[in-house]
Amino acid sequence: MKKFLIAIVMALVPLTAGASSGATMPLDNIELDVTNKGSLQRGMTTFVNRCMGCHAAGYQRFERAATDLGLPPKLVEQYMIFDQQKKIGEQMTIAMQPVDAKTWFGNPPPDLSLETRLRGPDWVYTYLRSFYKDEARPWGVNNLVFPDVGMPNILESLQGTVTLRCTHEEVLHKGTASDIDPLTGKRIGGCLSVDAGTGSQTTEEFDKTVYDLVNFLAYVAEPYKADSHRIGTYVLIFLFFFFFVAYALKKEFWKDIH
Amino acid sequence: MAGHRNKGNPGFMGWIDDRFPATAMWEDHLSKYYAPKNFNFWYFFGSLALLVLVNQIITGIWLTMSYNPTSEGAFASIEYIMRDVDYGWLLRYLHSTGASAFFVVVYLHMFRGMMYGSYRKPRELVWLFGMTIYLALMAEAFMGYLLPWGQMSYWGAQVIVSLFGAIPVIGPDLQQWIRGDFLISGITLNRFFALHVIALPIVLLALVVLHIIALHEVGSNNPDGIEIKEKKDENGIPLDGIPFHPYYTVKDIVGVVVFFFVFLTIVFFFPEGGGYFLEAPNFEPANQLKTPPHIAPVWYFTPFYAILRAITFPLFGLDAKFWGVVAMGAAIAILFVLPWLDRSPVKSIRYKGWLSKIALLIFAISFVILGVLGALPATDGRTTVAQICTLLYFLYFLLMPFYTRMESTKPVPERVTG
Repeated sequence: MKKFLIAIVMALVPLTAGASSGATMPLDNIELDVTNKGSLQRGMTTFVNRCMGCHAAGYQRFERAATDLGLPPKLVEQYMIFDQQKKIGEQMTIAMQPVDAKTWFGNPPPDLSLETRLRGPDWVYTYLRSFYKDEARPWGVNNLVFPDVGMPNILESLQGTVTLRCTHEEVLHKGTASDIDPLTGKRIGGCLSVDAGTGSQTTEEFDKTVYDLVNFLAYVAEPYKADSHRIGTYVLIFLFFFFFVAYALKKEFWKDIH
Repeated sequence: MAGHRNKGNPGFMGWIDDRFPATAMWEDHLSKYYAPKNFNFWYFFGSLALLVLVNQIITGIWLTMSYNPTSEGAFASIEYIMRDVDYGWLLRYLHSTGASAFFVVVYLHMFRGMMYGSYRKPRELVWLFGMTIYLALMAEAFMGYLLPWGQMSYWGAQVIVSLFGAIPVIGPDLQQWIRGDFLISGITLNRFFALHVIALPIVLLALVVLHIIALHEVGSNNPDGIEIKEKKDENGIPLDGIPFHPYYTVKDIVGVVVFFFVFLTIVFFFPEGGGYFLEAPNFEPANQLKTPPHIAPVWYFTPFYAILRAITFPLFGLDAKFWGVVAMGAAIAILFVLPWLDRSPVKSIRYKGWLSKIALLIFAISFVILGVLGALPATDGRTTVAQICTLLYFLYFLLMPFYTRMESTKPVPERVTG
């Protein structure tokens, strides 16, 4: 019987689904922190200024984000909503029509409301930092995580232009430029290197910008997550104590049953 | 009988009882329903299944209030529920996690029945009603999974419905009849919605009533597999029986609290269940032109999906897919005849011989391995393992009439043990 229980537990333990889909580049790990409001605010700024030209977050309302992130509604209306007709209670949609987008880009840029749940935050974090120069591509850039991607490196003015220095096999082994040596905690050379002086941010600053952006996207994917954890904690505390009450009640009723 | 008791009493309940057997029903099913006093851990899962059913129905009703059953609006309406409906995320996660929890408790409930011989005479109908509930539950879960209209909803439904296409002659037409269209479309979504929220819940509730009435007619089995009704006191009350209420109601509350602790931990903190309760591709709306690289059914169907894929060879001029469907159907159908396969003189695994014990263990392990394999992409090695486990799965049933008779059993006690 114990074996069976163990077997059941093993069956329920999450297995690494999709691990077999061929060799892919190792992804950098991101530790999200949806309680870090400063990070979320900076992420939202980056998102509305740099991503929302093409990508919507069509399930997220500006007002909800303003409330959850502690941004004054006036400031959001003034600096984050560029469409004069749009009210703060509306969703973060964009003016570009999917039909036009399909003509211009081949594929409409996807809505990013659920992107971190679809692909995982690690993927998005690595993807945004894995563009490199490739003159063969329409936008002059390619991506290690998403080969032949249809999107330009929209953060290039921050990051700078990036050169790929490895073969395909080396990429699979080494990962991106921002590998951190687990022993020394120092950055070690990966496959991508920024051309000196081409970006307005250092690599560390740029990683932080992307971190904030992905953190914000993760918030947008589950804006109720903080509520869920807060309520869940109270519920579990209640159940923990109620267990003793329920158990004492059972003991009391059953004391005459032998 | 219920109708002739508790007549002519004063007061409000007297007035009711003269017109409706309220007190009699309360007594028959709760306060004077005598259950064996030796129920163990495994006996929590029946009442927990009922609890989860209630959870599914209540959260389902509220979800229906904001859900839009059209191919254009379904996906967005789920996100609307998650974000704009007050506590909508909680209702939705209770429902989505509840679906998985339902199968967890039902599988454990069924395994309990298999261990202690709860399907044996006179409880064959209890088992058959229960198996029919399981069948209806699978249909209910399958149709419910299409409703979020995500990529995995769509392609999962596509795969399962295409199984009907493997049936010779009528297959393709049957497939089209089920879909109501040439492919999975908004029409399919609409009919699955109707079946998921009306037809199947009615069937399920009716079957649960039949399951419980049949159970209460013959009385509950117990871990010793002996009939407590054979030893009664002077008042006709089984010596080893205790009234379900209050004894098992207060005991089940403890089970409910423990269950809720696990269940709500998942609901509040891990609603995706590691990608097994909510699959990642389902966060992208259904796209008929884009097939996901790996289509896996939800975990509770994976054992049967693995059996389906294990059949890789054509037979008698019919292709492998057809025989896969036959094997999958047979894997479920064979459970229905379990009461007539077991020829052991004793009911409970406690008093059966080592052959039965080993057989049940091998069966359980095979089932779990099949479940794991069904969630993974098929490789040659995995297919071989799946074929071995499929064989073991069927041998458990097909050899049961022989090993249950061959083995020597232990003597069964007169009265229940602890």
